[in-house]
Amino acid sequence: MTDKISIELDGISVDALPDESIWQVAARLGTILPHLCHTTEAGYRSDGNCRACVVEVEGERTLAASCRRRPEAGIVVKTDSERALKARAMVMELLLSDQPRQSESPDPAALIWHWADAQGVHDSRFPRRSHDVVPDTSHPAMMVNLDACIQCNLCVRACREVQVNDVIAMAGRGADSHIAFDFDDPMGDSSCVACGECVRVCPTGALLPADGQGDADREVASVCPYCGVGCQLTFHVRDERIVRVEGRDGPANQGRLCVKGRFGFDYIHSSERLTMPLIRRDGIAKDDVAIDPANPLSHFREASWEEALTHAAQGLQSIRDIHGSGALAGFGSAKGSNEEAYLFQKLVRTGFGNNNVDHCTRLCHASSVAALMQTIGSGAVTAPFTDALKAEVILIIGCNPPVNHPVAATYLKQAAKNGAKLIVIDPDGSTLSQHATWMLKIKPATDVALLNAMLHVIIEEDLVDHEYIAARTNGFLELAAHVRAFPPEAMAELIGVPAGKIRDAARAFATARTAMIFWGMGISQHIHGTDNARCLISLALATGQIGRPGTGLHPLRGQNNVQGASDTGLIPMVYPDYQPVDDPAAQARFEALWKTKLDPNPGLTVVEITEAIHRGDIRGLYIMGENPAMSDPNLSHARTALANLQHLVVQDIFLTETACYADVVLPASAWPEKDGTVTNSNRQVQMGRRALQPPGLARQDLWIIEQMARRLELDWHYDGPETVFEEMRASMSSIHGMSWQRLLAEDAITYPCATPEDKGQAVMFGDGFPTKDGRGQFVPCDITDPDELPDQEYPLVLLTGRLLEHWHTGAITRRAPILDQLEPEAMAHLAPDTLKELGVAPGDRIRVESRRGAIELTARADIGVQPGTVFIPFCFAEAAVNLLTNDALDPDGKIPEFKYCAIRISTAYDSVET
Amino acid sequence: MSSVPDHGKSKMRLGRPPGAGRGHGKPSLRGRQSDPAAVAEIQNIIGASAAERTLLIEYLHQIQDAEGCLRHRHLAALAHCLRQSLAEIYEVATFYHRFDVVADDAEPAARTIQICDGLPCQMAGADALADTLADTLASNPASNCRIVRSACMGRCDGAPVASIDADYLTHADATAIQTRLTSPVAPDVMAPRVDFAAYQAGGGYQLLRQCLAGERQSAQVISQLELSGLRGLGGAGFPTGRKWRLVAAEPGPRLIAVNGDESEPGTFKDRHYLETDPHRFIEGMLLAAWAMDAEAIYLYLRDEYPDLRVMLQRELALVTAAGLCHGQIHLRRGAGSYICGEESAMLESIEGKRGLPRQRPPFPSQAGLFGRPTLINNIETLYWTRDAINDGAAWQNLRSYSVSGRVREPGVKRAPAGISARALINSYCGGMAAGHELMAFLPGGASGGILPASLADAPMDFGTLEQHGALIGSAALIVLSQHDDISVVVTNLMRFFAHESCGQCTPCRVGTEKAVVMLAAGKEQADGVAFSDLAQVMADASICGLGHAAANPLRCALRYFPGSIA
Repeated sequence: MTDKISIELDGISVDALPDESIWQVAARLGTILPHLCHTTEAGYRSDGNCRACVVEVEGERTLAASCRRRPEAGIVVKTDSERALKARAMVMELLLSDQPRQSESPDPAALIWHWADAQGVHDSRFPRRSHDVVPDTSHPAMMVNLDACIQCNLCVRACREVQVNDVIAMAGRGADSHIAFDFDDPMGDSSCVACGECVRVCPTGALLPADGQGDADREVASVCPYCGVGCQLTFHVRDERIVRVEGRDGPANQGRLCVKGRFGFDYIHSSERLTMPLIRRDGIAKDDVAIDPANPLSHFREASWEEALTHAAQGLQSIRDIHGSGALAGFGSAKGSNEEAYLFQKLVRTGFGNNNVDHCTRLCHASSVAALMQTIGSGAVTAPFTDALKAEVILIIGCNPPVNHPVAATYLKQAAKNGAKLIVIDPDGSTLSQHATWMLKIKPATDVALLNAMLHVIIEEDLVDHEYIAARTNGFLELAAHVRAFPPEAMAELIGVPAGKIRDAARAFATARTAMIFWGMGISQHIHGTDNARCLISLALATGQIGRPGTGLHPLRGQNNVQGASDTGLIPMVYPDYQPVDDPAAQARFEALWKTKLDPNPGLTVVEITEAIHRGDIRGLYIMGENPAMSDPNLSHARTALANLQHLVVQDIFLTETACYADVVLPASAWPEKDGTVTNSNRQVQMGRRALQPPGLARQDLWIIEQMARRLELDWHYDGPETVFEEMRASMSSIHGMSWQRLLAEDAITYPCATPEDKGQAVMFGDGFPTKDGRGQFVPCDITDPDELPDQEYPLVLLTGRLLEHWHTGAITRRAPILDQLEPEAMAHLAPDTLKELGVAPGDRIRVESRRGAIELTARADIGVQPGTVFIPFCFAEAAVNLLTNDALDPDGKIPEFKYCAIRISTAYDSVET
Repeated sequence: MSSVPDHGKSKMRLGRPPGAGRGHGKPSLRGRQSDPAAVAEIQNIIGASAAERTLLIEYLHQIQDAEGCLRHRHLAALAHCLRQSLAEIYEVATFYHRFDVVADDAEPAARTIQICDGLPCQMAGADALADTLADTLASNPASNCRIVRSACMGRCDGAPVASIDADYLTHADATAIQTRLTSPVAPDVMAPRVDFAAYQAGGGYQLLRQCLAGERQSAQVISQLELSGLRGLGGAGFPTGRKWRLVAAEPGPRLIAVNGDESEPGTFKDRHYLETDPHRFIEGMLLAAWAMDAEAIYLYLRDEYPDLRVMLQRELALVTAAGLCHGQIHLRRGAGSYICGEESAMLESIEGKRGLPRQRPPFPSQAGLFGRPTLINNIETLYWTRDAINDGAAWQNLRSYSVSGRVREPGVKRAPAGISARALINSYCGGMAAGHELMAFLPGGASGGILPASLADAPMDFGTLEQHGALIGSAALIVLSQHDDISVVVTNLMRFFAHESCGQCTPCRVGTEKAVVMLAAGKEQADGVAFSDLAQVMADASICGLGHAAANPLRCALRYFPGSIA
């Protein structure tokens, strides 16, 4: 119940809510007061500094900023008294005195001009300040014109409080107050991460996109094509080009975006887009891949869709006919829609006749999912990342959200600012460490030792939740007995963190009223990735930190639809909704739905398929929007497999490194060219809408899959994504309550969602787990060494990952000019101490070698990186780090050990041509 | 021998990679990176384990003191040590005038001479002094000095005032400054006129001892204070007893913040009382802490009083050793900011932030320092609490007027509340200075407006001058004569407000700047209506008292001295 407060506003008696401002009450009654430093965007605190919205409160000596003032019982507010009107007009006149003329304004359509106009203020009697402000054009994405700045500090709040990047300062004081990036540095040289939040809210055009504000002739509400956060956004389209992207108030982003989402959309207009079906020229060897992606006709010839589809399908069909259905496999995409993923796996299962269908989840969270399925019976997150705002303690391990999930990271940083305690566990120090109460900079791959030590402390000091353990779990005694052998004092040296710190962190986690766990690929991409995740689950189960708001397990998902692609069955062992292919009941259900016999044997996974190609067991492969020639471990081996294929069909928007090996290349659609749903890390199914048509002869992926299916003798007739979605609903109880119409209306619905009225379940497992007895299972884990330890020959440890600006293998983002300008070159990140030992200066070229390959690239000093380790992002084709990585697999998740292998670095070398 | 791996030999060589292939990546992470040598230097100055963000201003002082400036590399290192963003460090460092933020390759002057720009000092020839000094120093570049004009230094009875680093000179002239430059004097450790022993011998700390011993009840002590009629002497005049009662009623833990940021031009009474009888103030402060059951006391002293800071450190140590303290006492340095005398701005500053006044509600009594209920009292207010509590209703409520300008005997004058300017000048200051006739006066420093001689018989007290468009404020009487030019006076005051505006709200930030430029353009150019509108929006729509008061000189000039500015 909220207590209403009765106030009088402009002679009308009105009930106001305690947390409403006078500005909001007035707006509710139809009076929009002028506002500049106040924005109605979600998540912004009103500051009341510009005084453009002042009103008179009877009996008070001075006027009050209506955007900040809360109602108090009985106050009499006048928004239109002569005094208030005069003051507001004067504020505007004072501000205009220092503004450029509207015609010369960086943004003549800015909010300030609207309100000046609305109040009839066009000139100023006051002398214009003599500025010698030069526009700052140092940043590729944004332009700064402080000439137009009114010191309203919205950009400071945007940067500090909303995105929590804290790059913008209000420096100086009085009339010298001014916006500064770091130490008055040019924006492009500052620590700005280009989220563009400041540009979004600036009311004057002092901060603008580098190419201006971009008027649009239509706006299309959709979802971001990049990471698993699932930010809702609006494409602004003019003349069939996207000119601008703005965040929308979605459940995962509340209007926020990151540099990729806001400034990384122009890849769709790249001149390298595939616009014609291509067929490999006769006589061009499969391993001849020296192709300029802008010029594919050196190796391919253009073909009609009919010819290309026929050739693509016939190649697969003849392999199936000669070598049996087991000789085919398909890689679907986590970057497409749910409907595409569903159709793709259906095509493999019904058209190829096997379960050899997988996608990049194998390379990111397969081990997490394996552990979650084994212990709590469900592979998705138990709570959304926005629940971090309800947590007292947040454990963040093996992930770097400010880089990989930038908008999710804003909630973690906000939580820390609000007083939540962060336990950050990682071999590298991310920018989150600045917000951490405990930064545990562990030696790489010592997660099990650390987590067992934390469990040891929690059990030894009796900080466990006995009631929860008794009611909801199995196997606690075995776990307790097991972790007795892992006291922090004995583990400290191995882990590289003092025992006291481990104990403090463990106590804080266990004793918090609410605690939540976030993890990423630092946990999953190890040969003991499943063990790592099992330990995290044990931590949550032992302390009862699951099933309530502000608690739970959240493996941060990587791609925009990796959750949905998994849910819809793009996995060799399960049908949609994780129904095992070797469960006869599930098999029967899908045979009935799809009206065909299905293979009861689980299929092969990504890396297993590579091995099967080498063995000659698999000869034909259909790849949609995946790039194994960059993303697989031990790339030389993986690329050889691609070259060895008898028939490779690649469906993509660019001639990726993988497509270079193809027999047939099918030009497909980019995300902004599609209608369809995607599912983010929070289990929120969101509606994406088409903003543009694919270029040239490029086609919708859904259409291409259907055409391929028909040529594989499947009688498919789908009428767009809606009909596919309806079929999905029939087989997936998790989304049963979501209709297409409902998704169109609501834009985002969380699953599980059983009925049309069901709002969806954000926090799961408050009343037990979807296991046989409803209980969670503790699984004790032992320490396993990484597959390849450093030695004298290869003394350093290599870790791989991403950069903020580049997405996955770089196929998209390196063709987005702003992102490419921000990170144009392959860089290896080393600790300053390591650089010194190697005699390498930052900016020098180095050669990095493992037992599997060598690359040459430029060294970058990174104080976050642990001495003795090297971090290299996997997005650069000219220095593809996966040539070096190890393809040893986790036995349960079948995920390769991307996060650990032995390397050496040399500075004097004969450069090999790349 | 190392094995030769079989790689790089594959004939599978990919074509051109994606990416325009233009430009190079940055050799380090984006933005300034802290350099290990600078981190070591900073840890050497502030201590290796120093990491308390609320002490940011103290750390900046330590670095400024040690290095003579704040270099970018040191600020970046400080950000690293405190795990704060560069932006947070930079905006605080550049807000306060005492800090000199410079590029890494800058070579700041070895010594800084500050010449007071307060109105009494200007009237006493500070401008000419600055010019003379600039000429002299220009002829001797080896002296490596810079001259900076500073806001009121709180020694207005000794105008003009100058300082060489932390060495303050009253009645300064170029010769004295030159002499002091060539043969520096080690600053004395100031000995209060009434020291700890003498104060106790005179009955000091008896009341506090009774309180600490449980012989007094706080409710009764607060009642006595209410009966005494003591009001806040920082300028607002809020009844002190009522304030104590309000804060004591809030749920604990409670804090005390002492406002020692006396910086209203023309005001030097707090300095006077600390110089003469500091323990009377300290006892008052400790009585407040006891009555509030306060967890800690934060004493914010303006940085222009370095001698008093040293003295207080020593005397507070004595008092602590004597077991008289209730709660911890934190002595904090201001950093050259008039706005930090505004109580909520002071709280921000104590928290290590820029001194931006907070918007109310909530009031500091409910959510003050670090969000806790906080009692804020001025130094002089606390100075009188012992007597006020002892005497209750019988306490003789006198005022301490800081008198400066054209009088024969400037200084702190203890006179009845409500005395007129004329009586104060004639009966307490030996009359006007030779050759000067009363033309006008400022009853409350820069903020209180300017009144003509015709109002010199009006009683000066809280509430009595408002009808004339003026305020008594901190009771700083600056006396003007026929030799003073109102437009020069108003320009000085508006320059002061522009210099000291925090910049937060439009009316004050832009308004004070516009006023200065318009005044400089001369009255022939001036538009009286524009001045009047400017004054009104500053008074009506500014966030805090600085902006409201900044309207007063303009309004008084227009009202009482037509033709002076427009």
